[in-house]
Amino acid sequence: MAINGRVSAGGADTVDDAGGVGKKRSTRRDTLLSALHEVQNHSPGKTWITNGELAGIAQDYGIPLAELDGIVSFYTMFSRERRGRHVIRLCDSLSCRICGSLDIYQHIRKKLGISRGMTTGDGAFSLEIVNCLGACGTSPNMMIDDHLISGLSAAEIDTMLDSLARGEA
Amino acid sequence: MNDIQFVARFAALGKPLDIDAFALSSGFSGLRKALAMAPAEVVAEVKRSGLRGRGGAGFPTGLKWESIVGGDERYLVCNADEGEPGTFKDRFVLEHAPFLVLEGMAIAAYAIGARTGYIYVRGEYPQIVASLSSAIASAVKAGYLGEHILGSDFAFGVEVRKGGGSYVVGDETALLNSLMGNRGYPFLKPPFPTEKGLWGKPTIVNNVETLAYVPYIFAHGADAFASIGSPDSPGLKLFSVSGHVAHPGVYEFPMGSTVRDLEAAAGGAMGNLKAVQIGGTAGPVFDAAALDYSLDFASMRKAGGALGSGALVFMNTTVNMAQVLDVTMRFFAEESCGQCFPCRYGTRQLAFMANKIASGQGKVEYLDLMRDTARVMVGSSLCPFGQSIALPLESLLNGFGDEVVSFVKQQEFLKEAAV
Repeated sequence: MAINGRVSAGGADTVDDAGGVGKKRSTRRDTLLSALHEVQNHSPGKTWITNGELAGIAQDYGIPLAELDGIVSFYTMFSRERRGRHVIRLCDSLSCRICGSLDIYQHIRKKLGISRGMTTGDGAFSLEIVNCLGACGTSPNMMIDDHLISGLSAAEIDTMLDSLARGEA
Repeated sequence: MNDIQFVARFAALGKPLDIDAFALSSGFSGLRKALAMAPAEVVAEVKRSGLRGRGGAGFPTGLKWESIVGGDERYLVCNADEGEPGTFKDRFVLEHAPFLVLEGMAIAAYAIGARTGYIYVRGEYPQIVASLSSAIASAVKAGYLGEHILGSDFAFGVEVRKGGGSYVVGDETALLNSLMGNRGYPFLKPPFPTEKGLWGKPTIVNNVETLAYVPYIFAHGADAFASIGSPDSPGLKLFSVSGHVAHPGVYEFPMGSTVRDLEAAAGGAMGNLKAVQIGGTAGPVFDAAALDYSLDFASMRKAGGALGSGALVFMNTTVNMAQVLDVTMRFFAEESCGQCFPCRYGTRQLAFMANKIASGQGKVEYLDLMRDTARVMVGSSLCPFGQSIALPLESLLNGFGDEVVSFVKQQEFLKEAAV
């Protein structure tokens, strides 16, 4: 919102029920991506946008469903398909590649039994490869959910993944 | 060594969200001085400083501000969608000196007549979205943002918006589309955002680092800023140093410093230096002779490259250049927004051939095919993204082509010998 509640941007400044999330939110278009993040990750372990949630947002914002689907599909952080409770984003930028990102990829791939773009059978993890996490000073990097993880040994990665799979941390 | 610092000095306070610590170290003194001037004088002062945009293109900031025209409402947008591989200096500023950015935004907004500003932060920086919101709240409470800033009639509010994951959105026109809740497609200029930007209103989009240096110009004077660096590129610059150096990190140096200066600051190369990529993935990969290059806009252009975001990725002799080719081409293919055909299709062809080469199934003739494809893309792509692929590609093929060819031949031989 603008200062002192004054509306500063175009578009209707209505506040609607967020359908399915049970929370009031602004439906100005500049809040759309934030709203998508919110519904995608509205509870721990939920990491994708369901059909119902998409329809709810389409209605709230007055955007045709097909157009909204097209917007969502443009951005790499959103998923319309079920993902694991934890999303691993492994960076494979040049900095990370020359500092060992492939070794980490191979290690995780073998440990979890999944390749890029896949989800483990128990629904605990999805593995994605991204082009730069903007943390090249600590390459190689990955993000697990909202957390940047750098400089872990293979054993430390195992410990971390095991505890996440058990629902700890 | 380097003793002139600005952003790094504030970062060294170690209390990034403590607004009192920032103010006690003469933070917000630039805003105070700017508000005592007329908006046109503020623009003139930035022009005189010679500050150039630090997002990559190096457009003169004062000129951009001056070019904003018309509109009953104007907007300021801070581009914090840092996605250029090898670049992490905006993250550094936002994590360690967020109030500098807010101060720079307030000065810019006053100069251009904006009442509302947005900071568009890439989705991969969730902690920064949170910490910025808290910094903004502190600044409003202390009277540096909001109504009657520092007792004046000037009012300016800042809101944070989170991106959804897209490299192309770092382009200012694509960013505006994304900020308006659309696919992050770039659009053709003109009209420029300074005329028709956010919600069709005149808008200035400035990079995080650019805005962080604006307070310097008012705290210390445009002359002081212009006296640092080179005549073509005045001031200080934040360089992102990564790869095979002892201490990768963000280093603040005067523009025009050499690659060797940055290598030394980062503790020197680990192993034998083979190559360095300058300016990001869209920048050329140079051999070790690049150590003597001066890092400013004009010098880098003369060297056949671009300063870009100021990213330096050092590579030692363990690096196989076929892999560099593969990583680079895959990056372009995955991040192409797909709007125009030459880029959508061209990047995929290039990534396909580069991946074949790197995985030992390449052919020597791919090298010429790749050059041709890139040349077509330079002439026919809609935005700088598709046009820029030729720079890294040709630098790799010209500087390290022999290595790539011999790698291809060796793999061919190994395959035949195995039969």
